[in-house]
Amino acid sequence: MSPAPGTVDPLPESRAYNPGNMESLWPVIEPLLANVSKPARYIGGEMGARRPEHDGFQVAWLLVYPDTYEIGLPNQGLQILYEILNDRNDSLAERAYAPWIDMEQAMRENGVPLFSIENNFPASAFNVIAFNLSAELVYTNVLNLLDLGGVPLRSSDRAVSDPIVMAGGHCTYNPEPLAEFIDAFVIGDGEEVVGEINAVISSWLHSNSGDRDRRILREALAQIDGVYVPALYGSRYDGQRFMGTVPVGNAPPEVIKRTVADLGQWPLPRQQLVPLTEVVHDRLNVEVFRGCTRGCRFCQAGMITRPVRERPAQQIRDMVRDGLQRTGYDEVALTSLSTADLSGIESTVRDIIDDPTNGGRVSVSLPSLRVDAFTVATAAEIQKVRRTGLTFAPEGGTWRMRRVINKLIREEDLYGAVDAAFGQGWRRVKLYFLVGLPTERDEDILGIVELGRRCVEIGQRYHRSVTIVASVGGFVPKPHTPFQWCAQDSMEELQRKVALLRAASREVRGLTVRWHDPAATTVEGIVSRGDRRIGAVIEQVWRAGGTFQEWSEQFRLDLWLNAMESEGLSIDELVHRERGPEEALPWDHISAGLHRDFLWDDWQQALEGSGVADCRWTPCYDCGACTDQGIEHIVASSLPPAGGSQGTGQDLSSASKVPVRFTSAPDQASTFAV
Amino acid sequence: MTGSSAEMQLRIRYTKLGKIRFTSQRDVARLWERALRRSRLPVAWSKGFSPRPLLSFGLALPTGAESLGEYLDIELDSWDSPGREVAHDAIGILDPVTSAALSTFLSSLLPDGLSVQAVAPVPAGSGSLQHEVSSCTWELEVAGVTEVQVARQIDAVLRSSNVPVRRVRKGRMLEDDIRPAIRSLTLGADCGRDHRGTEGTVALSATVATKPRGVRPGELLEGLEADLVLVRARRTHQWIEHGDARWEPLSEAGELPGETGLHAQERAS
Ligand code: SF4
Repeated sequence: MSPAPGTVDPLPESRAYNPGNMESLWPVIEPLLANVSKPARYIGGEMGARRPEHDGFQVAWLLVYPDTYEIGLPNQGLQILYEILNDRNDSLAERAYAPWIDMEQAMRENGVPLFSIENNFPASAFNVIAFNLSAELVYTNVLNLLDLGGVPLRSSDRAVSDPIVMAGGHCTYNPEPLAEFIDAFVIGDGEEVVGEINAVISSWLHSNSGDRDRRILREALAQIDGVYVPALYGSRYDGQRFMGTVPVGNAPPEVIKRTVADLGQWPLPRQQLVPLTEVVHDRLNVEVFRGCTRGCRFCQAGMITRPVRERPAQQIRDMVRDGLQRTGYDEVALTSLSTADLSGIESTVRDIIDDPTNGGRVSVSLPSLRVDAFTVATAAEIQKVRRTGLTFAPEGGTWRMRRVINKLIREEDLYGAVDAAFGQGWRRVKLYFLVGLPTERDEDILGIVELGRRCVEIGQRYHRSVTIVASVGGFVPKPHTPFQWCAQDSMEELQRKVALLRAASREVRGLTVRWHDPAATTVEGIVSRGDRRIGAVIEQVWRAGGTFQEWSEQFRLDLWLNAMESEGLSIDELVHRERGPEEALPWDHISAGLHRDFLWDDWQQALEGSGVADCRWTPCYDCGACTDQGIEHIVASSLPPAGGSQGTGQDLSSASKVPVRFTSAPDQASTFAV
Repeated sequence: MTGSSAEMQLRIRYTKLGKIRFTSQRDVARLWERALRRSRLPVAWSKGFSPRPLLSFGLALPTGAESLGEYLDIELDSWDSPGREVAHDAIGILDPVTSAALSTFLSSLLPDGLSVQAVAPVPAGSGSLQHEVSSCTWELEVAGVTEVQVARQIDAVLRSSNVPVRRVRKGRMLEDDIRPAIRSLTLGADCGRDHRGTEGTVALSATVATKPRGVRPGELLEGLEADLVLVRARRTHQWIEHGDARWEPLSEAGELPGETGLHAQERAS
């Protein structure tokens, strides 16, 4: 008898756990929870959680965040797909997170596989296992979770009855390090494409068993725009040097990202998950726009999510009001890559605070503040209930450095913002910086301390004791950015710079410097721009016990160095070497919509120290994100924030070439020819 | 409670049963804060730079333990606060009917496993839960031992004058004598509730003092010196004691300590 369509075939006997009967694993999970840390991360039960019934006809997805529950639960991308898949009638979705080390050990000792937190079904009982990839250092967890789920690690080893393993999220813009382990990657926004994928998988599962071959499925998935099936591509090398990736099967030479043209059509999540236990970002989160065109050259998120698509103001208000009422949260974060740039941000937040149905005790947090006094005044107003810390991100220590990275914040802007912050009662301000940036000199490093010192002085005019925390990350060049060609600083050089910074900052009372471990920065560099050969390195690190590499107490540099060496790969070649304009890059067959010429020219301009304005309010550079994709910015206001684009006060009179669609404020719009 | 302009204090009795027992005391506090915001009851807030709603929970329940009677005191502001209609309707006059309605309403705002049994206004000047509750009763299910073995160990504990257990405090190992805290220790479930024990386990019941500090179920079992596994711990009662009389802070029927009605009062054993 052939199995009902959509169900999984009986599993080979070698599998540790046979889920054929689809019974909840709770009876074997429960006894483990008495002896593990934070057991509430394994019980689910969130408000908004679904408990789908597996009828064997719907495609069953297990959405997996490969880090702890506390980190993964708030992930909005995963929650959006969870709703879409559960609302469709041909699919259902449950969730899983990486069990912490003590729980994983208990599970392995007792033969308990990775399980969904809703029905407590084993991972192997799902048709699709889909990972959200938000950071490179979680890749060893991906392998660990597949193994814990009883799924063969390599795509090529999976049988018809094994789950289809997929991945989405920002890291898929260089999918190559995980190419051997993932059956299909989704590049870009998932809202629309997930339904198309589900339709293909559904018809494959319902097809005659003779046609139910993974090769057939791969080719069908590869025909969907924005889906990358790595098994249909091959990479070439010349010694250490990567030479290119081309299709070896029926697949397009270039996979172009998917972009949701209008965020207003996707007011999701409608039922944000409210956990029973504490998680990061434990508040209502409402995404107010997607994309960013400030053009910071180090920022992959900004480059790959263009153009800017604002959510309509009324929809934002509705989502906030409904969300607060439904959840009981007293804090809402308006999320985006740069929320202070949202058209009409002041009136939006004022409406939220003044809305009587919100109970008068709501604070609004803007995760990313623009560096100006005006923004600080807004922050003071909206955080009457509970003040969170204030954070600014100048990123570079000198004006020259900030021109190189196109973070055009003038010192006056920063001092004005900090002055306003201390004047409004804050006593502690955090500043983000990067070290290891291209063309960086020691004076740029010392500039960080100088900025910090001046900020402390400003604070002391208001309060006897103030703290400036300078949080310093090591720069990792990312794919699809103008810096994708540049050489990353060596670990020793980063360590020298951190030492320089520490020595100089010791003289300044009130300035605290925190820095990211240069060793972790180096490993992130290996994976970020790695090609397929890095897959074997990731596997070795995992086999040697290197999971949760994002967690400093678990991070093991030695495992990575050993694995690189035993695979015969050079870190100098991969990480610390500048690339030439003609050189093949491992992600060349993946397109974020950006012209390579645009990125290269921007890289050259960076080296000359010249910045560019934000194309939301100034002429289009034809980066490709809009022009090639037939989409455009959706912003409600044609006017840049006070102080001009990027605080540089550029002349905006030539805005007519910007492909902008105005969604409201018609009288303003009429002054611009669109 | 101090420094508030609250006009009224409500005491809530609720259960914590099932999967949700793996949440911590802090988690439950957060769940209550969100449920109360949704309820629109005019909860009073503390003053200052970082105001908090004025909620006070009684004796902490260890993560993993269930309870048939947890308590929460809430301070309420004047009816002029937002949401007053709901509050007024629900507790304007807290007769038994509205109390039941309010219990049902609050339960509907809480996740599965937290369920409100009774609500009652507490007279001004009542002591805090933390302060008043001085003992509690546990029902424990253990595995890996026979009933006879457990009975023998219970006997040994009750006859000895000193039951030392070790615990870590501030990174140092201390030895504590828990014998003075043990009020009673018996084989079998403590009361006639419709609770079927887990198969293959032995049930025992213990009443322990909560002052100067609470004895945790794990410590009790350590005192039994048997090689057993705790399968389930359930707090069945918390007690406010006066002389040899004891009351629950709020009975399931909604009665406060000292109120008439003999069923709210039990003779201490
Ligand atoms: S195509 Fe033009 S307007 Fe669109 S993001 Fe690129 S530079 Fe900006």
